[in-house]
Amino acid sequence: MAELLLELFSEEIPARMQAKAEADLKAALEKGLSEAGVGYERVVTLSGPRRLTVCVEGLPLKSADVSEEKKGPKVGAPEKAVEGFMRGAGLSSIDEAEVRSDPKKGDFYVAVREIPGRALEDIIAELVPDIVRGFHWPKSMRWGRGELRWVRPLQRILCVFDGKTVDFGIDGLKSGNLTEGHRIMGRGPFEVASFDEYCAVLEGDGCVVLNRQDRRLLIEEQAHKVCLEAGLELVEDKGLLEEVTGLAEWPVVLLGKMDEAFLSLPPEVIQLSMRTHQKYFAVRDPKTGELAPNFVVVANVEASDGGEAIAAGNSRVLSARLDDARFFWDNDRGTPLEEMAKKLSTIDFKKELGSVADKVDRVAALARELAPKVGADPDVAERAARLDKADLVSGMVGEFPELQGVMGGYYAREQGEDTAVATAIAEHYKPVGPSDDVPSEPVSIAVALADKLDTLVGFWAIDEKPTGSKDPFALRRAALGVVRLVLENGVRLDLRSLTSDTVLAMAFGRVFNTALYLAYEKRDAAWAATLENRFFSAEGNPVLSAKDVEEMWADEAYDPLRGKLYNLDVRDAPHQFIERQGGVLGSLAEFFIDRLKQYLRDSGARYDLIDAVFALGEDDLVLIVKRVEALAAFLETEDGANLLAGYKRAANILKAEEKKDGKAHDGAPDPARFELDEERALHAAITGSVTAAEAALAQEDFEKAMSALSTLRAPVDAFFDAVTVNAESEGLRQNRLFILNSIRDALHRVADFSKVSATPV
Amino acid sequence: MTTLTARDKPASFQELILRLQAYWAGKGCAILQPYDMEVGAGTLHPATVLRALGPKDWRAAYVQPSRRPGDARYGENPNRLGHYYQFQVILKPNPADLQDLYLNSLYEIGIDPMVHDIRFVEDDWENPTVGAWGLGWEVWCDGMEVSQYTYFQQVGGLDVFPVSGELTYGLERLAMYVFGVDNVYNLPFNAPDSETPLSYGDVFLQNEIEQSAFNFELADVEMLHKWFEGCERQSTTLREAGKPLPAYDFALKASHVFNLIDARGAISPTERQAFIARVRDLARGAAEKWAEQEEARAS
Repeated sequence: MAELLLELFSEEIPARMQAKAEADLKAALEKGLSEAGVGYERVVTLSGPRRLTVCVEGLPLKSADVSEEKKGPKVGAPEKAVEGFMRGAGLSSIDEAEVRSDPKKGDFYVAVREIPGRALEDIIAELVPDIVRGFHWPKSMRWGRGELRWVRPLQRILCVFDGKTVDFGIDGLKSGNLTEGHRIMGRGPFEVASFDEYCAVLEGDGCVVLNRQDRRLLIEEQAHKVCLEAGLELVEDKGLLEEVTGLAEWPVVLLGKMDEAFLSLPPEVIQLSMRTHQKYFAVRDPKTGELAPNFVVVANVEASDGGEAIAAGNSRVLSARLDDARFFWDNDRGTPLEEMAKKLSTIDFKKELGSVADKVDRVAALARELAPKVGADPDVAERAARLDKADLVSGMVGEFPELQGVMGGYYAREQGEDTAVATAIAEHYKPVGPSDDVPSEPVSIAVALADKLDTLVGFWAIDEKPTGSKDPFALRRAALGVVRLVLENGVRLDLRSLTSDTVLAMAFGRVFNTALYLAYEKRDAAWAATLENRFFSAEGNPVLSAKDVEEMWADEAYDPLRGKLYNLDVRDAPHQFIERQGGVLGSLAEFFIDRLKQYLRDSGARYDLIDAVFALGEDDLVLIVKRVEALAAFLETEDGANLLAGYKRAANILKAEEKKDGKAHDGAPDPARFELDEERALHAAITGSVTAAEAALAQEDFEKAMSALSTLRAPVDAFFDAVTVNAESEGLRQNRLFILNSIRDALHRVADFSKVSATPV
Repeated sequence: MTTLTARDKPASFQELILRLQAYWAGKGCAILQPYDMEVGAGTLHPATVLRALGPKDWRAAYVQPSRRPGDARYGENPNRLGHYYQFQVILKPNPADLQDLYLNSLYEIGIDPMVHDIRFVEDDWENPTVGAWGLGWEVWCDGMEVSQYTYFQQVGGLDVFPVSGELTYGLERLAMYVFGVDNVYNLPFNAPDSETPLSYGDVFLQNEIEQSAFNFELADVEMLHKWFEGCERQSTTLREAGKPLPAYDFALKASHVFNLIDARGAISPTERQAFIARVRDLARGAAEKWAEQEEARAS
């Protein structure tokens, strides 16, 4: 058994690409070997700033011999067929083929080709250049006069099999048995004949920590250690840790100092400045929990002065960075947010949906309408919404886009806004991901919801929904944000039924107006017609053409500002626009339901029950979840499970009979036609439990409603035991089917049980 | 190969420049003088952006004063300047040991690799104005970006072949680092022990103050708009006349005029995009024409 060692040594590979490249190289080599029919015991990979390394252990010296057979025509087949076979199999005479006998077919030709195994070094010498040439980097380049593409210039290829160099060349670069170590501390080059030797020499004289995991752990340990020694605490940052692991071959962790005066800057600014620009870890004082005037930097060299110059140099750079940040902080605070907000009209939100200022106008109106639903003061909510995007034109957010919202919050506080306003501005983008905190202050909820709903409604209005994996405007994230804001705060919001006074219909009216107005401004009649038709086309309404729209516009009475008044139109005319449940808003409601399922799945709840509840027409997310919870609990009880079985039996019989009779059996049973006690008992039980369930539902007490229905279990079971539904008498049969229907109806008060599977999904 | 030893620190800002020039002259570069036009970056000198195109080999190094009106700070910010120097090196095709050559240039100006932490951190350079991009790094010295290192892949929207290696040293920043100075105006411009010792501030402070006032308060926006249009027309006619070099000059002029208008805060983001697109069309147009002619001249 032999070993293959391959190292692709290049100029510095971007940190973010190393781990993926390591995995890709492993996969490509494994695939190539298996396609060549070569087995192996183990593959080990390494990656770092300048190298990708693979070692394959337990390889044979040559691949196995293979015998390949090709079936030919019958002996005595027409000459043409025999010639064709010989050509295909590469035979010069038919005598070279074997003749085999088959009891059914008789004698036929077989060409047998013995393919001898190949020396593994030959296989490797072909495979490695193929892998290198076909390797996929997120971004690759050419260099010099070469044609090869790699992430940065490839400097060396070390390829050793069984102790010997495998010779090949790629684009003028010859393979060899040399590697290089740390550029400053142990460059080499070093001659290497095995993986053990490779590791020993690089980790020794070469000063390279080869394994990612080792480097990460080393950095983590050292970072905690230098902090602890100074009585401080590291602010952990997994993403940054991964990045610096890809930036140093020989990590040396140093604790640096910065001027304490900078601590007057918002901590987010300091941390971001350290992280994005300098790749430093922040450090805090464990006693206060506040940032300390220190930072942790990971160097790539064991400096002869113990790192003093490096720490001092980094500290100077950080000061210059923070000086810049302080310039923005001071400068921005000199401009009131209202002034900044004025400039938002020059920034496009989305071409078809107007500027950010247009969006702010819509969000302010929406936040006002949402305020009473979340217990917020409408004036305060509107104020926060009016200022929430202002920081986009601030110097600080220009420098650190990640601080949008956060800076607005600080500036609002500085200019003496209500705390609720400042908090809402800071939080209105939240939650930005499934693990981000959800705002819980009423004003913040109103503004955060309004911001996301306006975006969603807007993109639905112009029909730019996410498709497949494409979601360039992060609409799924926005919708999940809405779901979380609603559920985690118990906000009661009607998502689907578009009666004229619901907030979503109003929001739709507003985005529609903006879009229509912009179409008018650009004289884009075709687009205006598309919009008009999307919202107003319904049976009986004419479909507008671009020409119709042009005529409308040409009419002197046409008011281009109709958009501004459109809120009223929507209220006064709850026409087709509002009734189109299956249309634009219906599809948005379904989008929310999909996000709700995702949310419940992530929190471990039975998301399959959502369909059973949603099918009833329930579209209040809070109630959907309450119903689902009650339903899940109910189905776990013995009564619940049995009742579900009873329901399914009733529903199946009904379905079969309804199909047979070609009509629905959806009437009420006639008590005069009851013949058996079990019928009477079930009817009485249904009447009683439906009444009790209705009362409980009115109070949104779903557990109580379910338990009222669970009393049906015994009479349903008794009914099926004693009663023949398909009675001979047609009248009796009809009445009994109506009893089954009343079971179905009763249970549909809480969920569509036909959509519930017996075993949880 | 790496020498692993650094020379003593230079005595002044100008000595640092002289050492870089001498070093790159020793590597076969033509030492050019600054281009006599306002540019925002050394890359825009035709010796880099145009010479990166076409099949001919090329090696050059030069200092280029760069003007970024929006970065001016009235001489009050110790790190930001509206006018500063870049040292630019272009080697076409890039030699295989360019990283080593570059590191040796740092050792040449007194940066000791055993004491300082030098890193190559991913940074893909892009200049949409001239339709150029490349892959490379920011080079960090103890966390300070001291150079931009790029392998050009496209210029003027065209693939380049052979590939050039381009190095840009931010001279003031590098010098502040080498001299351990926290304020750019305190850099020794010439040797402190010379007969008339001059600091960077002695040479440039007044210029920063007055130019800042021009950039932010006094620039005549209406006039600049007219200039812009004039430059645009001239560049277009020159290109159409098959004279890409002066056409490129006028693209540079248009670009600088646009930067001045921008610094006055006189344009909205939407207009801004439109201006950038117009400059890009001029610069790209000239670059394409130049590449086409170079190709013809080489064959």
